[in-house]
Amino acid sequence: MTDKTEQIRIVLAKLGLDGHDRGIKVVARMLRDAGMEVIYLGLRQTTDSIVAAVEQEDADVVGLSMHNAGHLTLAPAMVEALRQGDIDVPLIVGGIVPDADVEALEQAGVAAILGPGASAEEVVATVRSVVSEA
Amino acid sequence: MTSVRNLPVDALVELALTDDRRAVGRLLTLVERNGPEATECAMMLHAHGTGSHVIGITGAPGAGKSTLVGEMVQQMVDGGSHPAVLAVDPSSPLTGGAILGDRVRMAGVTEAFIRSVATRGHAGGLALAIPGAVRVFDAVGYNPVVIETVGVGQVEVDVTAAADTTVVVVTPGMGDAVQANKAGLLEVADIFVVNKADRPGASDARRDLELMLDLSHMTGQEDASYRPPILMTNSLEGEGHSAVIDAIETHRRHLVDTGQLAKRRRRRIEFEIESRLSTVFEQRMIELKTDQRWVDIVDTTTAGTIAPPAASQQVANLLLH
Amino acid sequence: MSDANDDPQQRWQAAYDASKLRDVPFETMSGVPVDAVYGDGPYPGEYPFTRGIHASMYRSRLWTMRMFAGFGTAEDTNGRFKELLGAGGTGLSTAFDMPTLMGRDSDSPWSLGEVGRAGVAIDTLSDMEDLFADIDLAGVSTSMTINGPAATALAMYLSVAEKNGVARSQLGGTIQNDILKEYQAQKEYIYPPRPSMRIVTDMVRFTTAEMPRWNPVSISGYHIREAGATAAEELAFTLANGFAYVEAALAAGEDVDTFGKRLSFFFNSHSDFFEEIGKFRAARRIWARWMKERYGATDERAMLCRFHTQTAGVSLTAQQPEINIARVAIQALAGALGGTQSLHTDSYDEALALPSDKAARIALRTQQIVAHETGVVNVADPLGGAPFIEWMTDEMERQAEDVFAKLDDMGNGSILEGVYAGIENGYFVGEIADSAYRFEREVNAGRRIIVGVNGFTDGDDGEANLLRIDQATEDYQRKRLDTVKRERNQVAVDESLASLTAAATDTNTNLMPPIIEAVRTYATLEEVAMAMEQVFGTYVEKAIV
Repeated sequence: MTDKTEQIRIVLAKLGLDGHDRGIKVVARMLRDAGMEVIYLGLRQTTDSIVAAVEQEDADVVGLSMHNAGHLTLAPAMVEALRQGDIDVPLIVGGIVPDADVEALEQAGVAAILGPGASAEEVVATVRSVVSEA
Repeated sequence: MTSVRNLPVDALVELALTDDRRAVGRLLTLVERNGPEATECAMMLHAHGTGSHVIGITGAPGAGKSTLVGEMVQQMVDGGSHPAVLAVDPSSPLTGGAILGDRVRMAGVTEAFIRSVATRGHAGGLALAIPGAVRVFDAVGYNPVVIETVGVGQVEVDVTAAADTTVVVVTPGMGDAVQANKAGLLEVADIFVVNKADRPGASDARRDLELMLDLSHMTGQEDASYRPPILMTNSLEGEGHSAVIDAIETHRRHLVDTGQLAKRRRRRIEFEIESRLSTVFEQRMIELKTDQRWVDIVDTTTAGTIAPPAASQQVANLLLH
Repeated sequence: MSDANDDPQQRWQAAYDASKLRDVPFETMSGVPVDAVYGDGPYPGEYPFTRGIHASMYRSRLWTMRMFAGFGTAEDTNGRFKELLGAGGTGLSTAFDMPTLMGRDSDSPWSLGEVGRAGVAIDTLSDMEDLFADIDLAGVSTSMTINGPAATALAMYLSVAEKNGVARSQLGGTIQNDILKEYQAQKEYIYPPRPSMRIVTDMVRFTTAEMPRWNPVSISGYHIREAGATAAEELAFTLANGFAYVEAALAAGEDVDTFGKRLSFFFNSHSDFFEEIGKFRAARRIWARWMKERYGATDERAMLCRFHTQTAGVSLTAQQPEINIARVAIQALAGALGGTQSLHTDSYDEALALPSDKAARIALRTQQIVAHETGVVNVADPLGGAPFIEWMTDEMERQAEDVFAKLDDMGNGSILEGVYAGIENGYFVGEIADSAYRFEREVNAGRRIIVGVNGFTDGDDGEANLLRIDQATEDYQRKRLDTVKRERNQVAVDESLASLTAAATDTNTNLMPPIIEAVRTYATLEEVAMAMEQVFGTYVEKAIV
């Protein structure tokens, strides 16, 4: 009965108005095919709706996809919302994040950043390592 | 950092009973894993039952169940209820992973507790996990508790059927009603919903259901005083949902008035005990198959020394001890 | 004359001779003269227009080199517009920021971090006045890339013109206003599909009656492709959306030969060279046939699939960004060989950020090279008649017709209803997501090589100089909005919004006049959107990956 107990549950969402959902949908399938349970929230989420989902779904990790150059504002806001909610769950940001912004995001508390062109192996390995380190 | 995720079950239960959503979420995970913590949780929470009404909603994939549930749950919230939803979706048989998207379809419902559950391949697990999760919600005081499943597998049907009120959703034009009949959903339905009723064929679907109900009444149902209503809804336009909520309430009162509610709950407990037993036996069977005694029994049966019925009896004795 | 009409070649020759040609030598670099067209008919400019919409194609006029601009505040973009006009441009193309595209004001909590980032921020008529300050709107053609709040943007634009003494009937330009592809791909919708289609139809009726030089819808496959569709899916979904707009306008009693002439298209040009060219050729043929045979158009100009092309943003890589210049060149060449009417070439740094000035200039230079150095403009449809390109054109058409048949079936004989059904049941998003995932898996498995990403990865020496929009823009824009709100006549705003809400409840009332009234009181974009949302509701995509 222990074979399924380590199954990773990840919440995937688009925060704010950004409607580019090609990447997040591809990633959802990659993670499903890697055996994870993906709780897909879709477009136009708020930090509150994501926090609520993480609590109710007891997710192991949150993944945000960002394509509108809003990551320097929105990702720290998400980290802060999780902190305020007393939720100790790591945040991964994927999408269009220039190298120059990686350090700022890491300092803001983002656990990992997946830039453009990350392969399926990188995506899956990053989620696994972030969860196991949490 | 404080995290509920590492707390022991008793501390989680204590927190959960104050409606701490993180703790409730964590208990649901433990229950779903069916490990020793799940047992512990059931032992601690069983006495805390508040008598929540359990509603099962099932139907073919694409019937619009989630949207319907989302709309209904929002109306329940607006009406002052404190509902919880268990949205069950299939895991991929190949990888064990799943994409659980019901929250998207229930977007905008912020007050209810929504939990997405993957079937995780093993049917027995679901048959235990669902009653376990309902027990958590019931103890914390969520009422009603809505279980939404795809009505395809037998376990999904059983789980949904174990509700106090079972709603079967069909759509027009795809022979849904006939399929529902084949899947055994007709017998368990307390309420029928023809969703997407603006589509062509809605009245045909209704007529099919009426006919099948007439037939089943002739062959004699257990409760002749109740005939399942057939309601028409349109999830996209948000039409007909209050009627479904009203019908659920009418059915609940009928259950209370006729004493059926107690019977159903007894049956649900029975179902859970049976599920637990079969899980226990399945597990022991798996262990036994790695045992030399199993090999010996199979060998002696193959050699013709004993007959299969006798061999089975020997195995049964081993399983029981 | 009857002889000329019977013989296709003579008919083509007559049309060619009647065309005004550019004053350049039509010969190769080495001085070899070339004909205007080769091969058999149907010739360019002749139904079904597979080979091009004009007899002389680029010999008369090169495609319009339309580059998208918009960033920061309205004043910032106004400055760039004036530079473009000063350099001899006649077309302005406006990109709006994400809050504007979603009908949100800069002070909405939803707008946090997005104001002025991906385009210009427009909250009220005051911003639109600044955006086009000191520009003669009678003398330019303006393209506005906006969909959900398109009616409000158009209302603001014509109000600015009228304040400056330019009549709405004089205004020329295009507004994207293709709401159907929003539900399928770009996801910038506000209301559910049916009320959104009512707004589009109201705009078609309004512009047909009052703005004869305005293109009310640019039917766009670009975003469908970017979201992951195949070339054939892009073609099929886009044209199906076109059919849906036609059916909606016909149902509203409009004349197909009148509004048909004002419809235009917008396609993606990706890297698979021949597939793209086949797609463009098939688009013209299918559109012409359907407009004539199914929708009864009799005026050939109402059968023309005129289109703008943009190179594939999704094909650009963050790795070794400079090599994107080569990709863009190949895609631009496909657009030219496909017979596009206008072209935007992407900047090589767009996988990372908004284009920098230098990158945008290189992109423009790339299409100028195609136009002026390669010689492909001397001959109309130079690949036409080649067995492979003709086969590819047929294949694209075949795949598209399969999709139309499916939609026709889903809609019980109506493509419009089929498109609604496909949106509701997740058909479009499902097909697109499947294609995107298949492509991704092929790349991951190494069956498909993307240079710099999963092959030939040496030599990535970091990032180009990226354009950044600083936070000050957001703060400034919020203060501006605050000032406008304080200074306007609130009673007039409230009254106009109430009238708009009332108009929204009555499907027989055209929404354009009350929207124009509202924007003139300096009601904000979001206030106008909300006035209609009260009646129309909002849309949430229910289909999951």
